[in-house]
Amino acid sequence: MTPPPATVQAPGSGETFLLNLGPQHPATHGVLRLKLTMDGEYITRAEPVCGYVHRMHEKMGENRKYAQFLPNTSRIDYLSAMHYTHAFVGAVERALGLAVPPRAEYIRVITSELNRISSHLVWFGAFLLDLGGFTPLLYAFDDREQILDLLEAITGSRLTYCYYRFGGVCHDIDNAFLEGTRAFVARMRPRLRLYHELVTDNIILRNRLIGIGPIPLELCRRYGATGPVIRGSGAAYDVRKTEPYSVYPQFDFDVPVYPEGDSMARYRVRMDEIEQSLRIVEQALERLPSGPVRAEGVPRVLKLPAGEFCCAVEAARGRFAVRIVSDRREIPWRVKLRTPSFSNLSLFEEASRGMMLPDAIALLGSLDLVIPDIDR
Amino acid sequence: MSVSLPEPLRLFALLAGAMAFVGLNAAYLVWAERKAAGRFQRRPGPTEAGPAGLLQPVADVLKLISKQLMVPPGADAVLFRAAPVLVLVPAMICLAVIPFGERWVAREMPLGLLVLFAFGSIQVMAVMLGGWASRNKYAIISAARIVSQDVAYEIPMLLVMITLLMVTGTMDLGEIVRQQAGGFWRWHLFRLDANPLMPLTFVIYYICMLAETNRAPFDMAEAESELVAGAYTEYSGMGFGVFFMAEYANIVVGCATATVLFLGGWQSPIGVGSGPVWFLAKLYGLVFSVIWVRWTFPRTQFYGLLNLSWKILIPASLFILVLSGAALQLSGS
Amino acid sequence: MRATLREIVLGCRSLLVGMRVTMVEFFKPVVTVPYPHEALRMPERYRGPIELVRDPATGRAICYACQLCARACPSGCITVEGVKREGERRKRVTQYQLDFSLCSLCGACVEACPDAAIRFSKRYNWATPHKEEFLLDLVRQLEQESR
Repeated sequence: MTPPPATVQAPGSGETFLLNLGPQHPATHGVLRLKLTMDGEYITRAEPVCGYVHRMHEKMGENRKYAQFLPNTSRIDYLSAMHYTHAFVGAVERALGLAVPPRAEYIRVITSELNRISSHLVWFGAFLLDLGGFTPLLYAFDDREQILDLLEAITGSRLTYCYYRFGGVCHDIDNAFLEGTRAFVARMRPRLRLYHELVTDNIILRNRLIGIGPIPLELCRRYGATGPVIRGSGAAYDVRKTEPYSVYPQFDFDVPVYPEGDSMARYRVRMDEIEQSLRIVEQALERLPSGPVRAEGVPRVLKLPAGEFCCAVEAARGRFAVRIVSDRREIPWRVKLRTPSFSNLSLFEEASRGMMLPDAIALLGSLDLVIPDIDR
Repeated sequence: MSVSLPEPLRLFALLAGAMAFVGLNAAYLVWAERKAAGRFQRRPGPTEAGPAGLLQPVADVLKLISKQLMVPPGADAVLFRAAPVLVLVPAMICLAVIPFGERWVAREMPLGLLVLFAFGSIQVMAVMLGGWASRNKYAIISAARIVSQDVAYEIPMLLVMITLLMVTGTMDLGEIVRQQAGGFWRWHLFRLDANPLMPLTFVIYYICMLAETNRAPFDMAEAESELVAGAYTEYSGMGFGVFFMAEYANIVVGCATATVLFLGGWQSPIGVGSGPVWFLAKLYGLVFSVIWVRWTFPRTQFYGLLNLSWKILIPASLFILVLSGAALQLSGS
Repeated sequence: MRATLREIVLGCRSLLVGMRVTMVEFFKPVVTVPYPHEALRMPERYRGPIELVRDPATGRAICYACQLCARACPSGCITVEGVKREGERRKRVTQYQLDFSLCSLCGACVEACPDAAIRFSKRYNWATPHKEEFLLDLVRQLEQESR
């Protein structure tokens, strides 16, 4: 009888074994690999290995025209395509000094917030799946499907929208979209109550999340974690408030902050954000101005003035920033993409030390990682 | 399964009957579970193979049979192959002593309850063996979990059983059911005179049964989002299929035990018209509740179950035991 | 002690509430579409693989091979060729090749087209084991349609 190579010992015995979590593993939701040094079921070290879906988006930015890079922006983080396109067109608009028509800005806000809700709904379902609950995923996808149908009708695509253009948006929205969005907002509030009854209040879930995987604010700062992760650690950092872009300053919304820093705090931040996004959408629908949806005088051939141009947005997972370095050619000299998931994953190694495997998976799920967003 | 058959024939009938029952039951419980899960999640479940997907289990079995059975290199081949059998056989033996009706019992035994519990705990050990023999780290973590899980719920379960034994005074399952004749208020679940906390006893038994059958929310041994498939990770084809069958067979055994002990077995709730139909109705009602629980809750954390067991279930069942003893003493029996 | 009991009671209550939620959903109608038997209609703006637009006056493709779409394409998946015949003002498209295996359906070509000579089709369920089948000849496709 050949004894298995790994022995499971009491914590502190010093005898460890290596466990490969991924690249193919149900909990990593993609091709993330975590090399876990385990002491029994306790993690002594978790080393993330990324790059399995590296698609050279930054390099691709350097060898194609600005308009040709637009489709890429929806594919970096496929769950918040709107925000990523927003950051890219935002950077180009700042460089050219383009004034975006107000109607276009409102449409951007509405679609961005709908996209945020749909992204959070995917996270909600996937997170519960990590915790072993299957049913909430399908409820969340039912709601998300409503958003996707709405966005598909106006953009022509369900995930990689590629909807924003330099100086506006691709198509105007129609009445069916407005009606549909109103109906969705009306539908979503009771659904959120259902989620709270089924999931948030559930004693099993609470025991699995409260106090588990605490991330101190200092750790978030050190690794540059943003989005719901840092807001769950007590910092009211939201790009929509701290570096206002688009027409967000015109809306009345709160930034949910929970100081606990545990998985439950991050869970609550995202659930509250769905609520806040609904508020923003409601206000935007009410005040939607009429007018054109694309700026006049956008040159057919785009050449940015020499220099560095930056635009950051609050994507569903945190701060996404685009930095374009231009040398007056049609093709940018450098496109730097600052993606939130990469920073959010980086702190996992330190935060997961000494945790048990199922708790670490809850922590990983609460970071809401999109693997292509890490690897770019 | 009539009583008048000669002994070897009886054994044979029992064996064939149990195998057919376990196989069909597993196949169609999988179908039922998938259908029910679909309804809970507002989708239709299997629909393509046969009317309402009724041939889906057949298709699944054909697929599983046609797959190659693999023994991973370095694994303990004997234990690895034995584990699925060791999981399934105890469940079949348990089925032999369960009285489905007045005369519908394969083998009436005066110590039937003892048989149920003796064989009931073997399957946990078998899953552990399978995990250990797989030579897979996920499977080994799972095996280690199973051991402590086993300790955690067996104790409250046995304490609850002792309470029940004090009330019934016999281990003969048929006799236990006969005691509960004459309407649902005579069921042990509602025997508040013997023990005012009897429904709580049932709840404790139910929780322990979920843990014993590795069902959600206590499916840490399988825990697909953490351990891939836990102890079953390396099993392919029918090796996996047998584990699957055993899971459902064990659910049925657990629910059947609950039906016999708490819900009056084949006795009708209104006192007239008792028969196996009632037994099956109660049994599958309980099975449905097990499915319902699975598709509602997330998985508990491992120490969550240990905490639940040691801090809540064991003290509670000890308290019930003492209370029950006091009640019996006072009522002078 | 009292706090623990309270927690247990509240915990059990939350479990029952959760089970009520799923039971209510159990009796609600199914929300999925039984796909192969029934399919959703693609919306007006759905971005499927592109196709050439026919000029209702002439019955031929509007496209006159100006190459703007090929130049706009980020993936370089379009090859257009045209011939100028005598007595005609513009070229006529003779070959319009789309390598759909490279296409990301971004719509840059449709936007770049000055005469709306290409549009998105509504084709969405397309699979093949042979990559070559994704090399589309849109001119021939148009001709086959007219037949």
